[in-house]
Amino acid sequence: MLKKKDMILICALLCVAVAGIIIVQLMQRQSGAMVTVTVGGKTYGTYSLNIPQIIEVEDDMGYNRIVIEDGYVYMEEADCPDQYCVKHAKIHYSHETIICLPHELVVEISGGENMDVDVVTQ
Amino acid sequence: MTKKLTISALLVALAMIFSYIEVLIPFNFGIPGIKLGLANLVVVVAMYLLGARQAFMISMVRIILIAFTFGNLAALLYSIAGGILSFAVMILCRKIKGLSVMGVSVAGGVSHNIGQIIVAVFVVENLNLLFYVPVLIIAGVVTGFLIGMVAGLVLPAVKKAFHLY
Repeated sequence: MLKKKDMILICALLCVAVAGIIIVQLMQRQSGAMVTVTVGGKTYGTYSLNIPQIIEVEDDMGYNRIVIEDGYVYMEEADCPDQYCVKHAKIHYSHETIICLPHELVVEISGGENMDVDVVTQ
Repeated sequence: MTKKLTISALLVALAMIFSYIEVLIPFNFGIPGIKLGLANLVVVVAMYLLGARQAFMISMVRIILIAFTFGNLAALLYSIAGGILSFAVMILCRKIKGLSVMGVSVAGGVSHNIGQIIVAVFVVENLNLLFYVPVLIIAGVVTGFLIGMVAGLVLPAVKKAFHLY
């Protein structure tokens, strides 16, 4: 009952749909607006991603210097042994994080508009 | 002529019953706004049984009647847009050689959903709705596939039955 051309049509439509979903996923990676720094589970401070600044966090756990620049955040310096946080790429999108585990410090981006599409028709 | 009219009336009634069944037992795919569209089975069958013009009449009459009985006027707009677009696409697809009821039904299912989302974009005035299109394409393929399968099974029997009279 299912002919070859039917199969081609179905496959083509599914390919278009999958490509569309991938594109939508990429587009929904929206830029965030706020930067939240958490130390030991407590919020240390919230900063705007649009205002360039340097945030220095120093306590008995260690020292971190976080830089906000051109809408991106990165860890410029840390006195932790592994330096993973310093090597981490600049972050920019909502829900992205830089974590400095030895200092229990988390830099997280939030506040990007999230789109919720929801249609109901009958 | 009388025979065609009678069969058409029968099919409209059947489409209404199907719509009613869908209101009673929603075949939920877990995605808002998506349903099986059992009534489209009637349109597909009518297209192969009675021809394009008759099938179009059946489709429009059923949409209007269903909207007035089970739906509302806002839903009518969506249904008509989906109904007309899917009908046009199905007529074109039927002309393509090598495409069976299955393919025609899948094309119809997908275009039905796309017609509705286009209206929704105009109503809400928000292009972001188009992000929903890929999901609707997949949903249209699935529902169109199911409807096409049933139509393919039913058509030979229906053809035989109506020629008896």
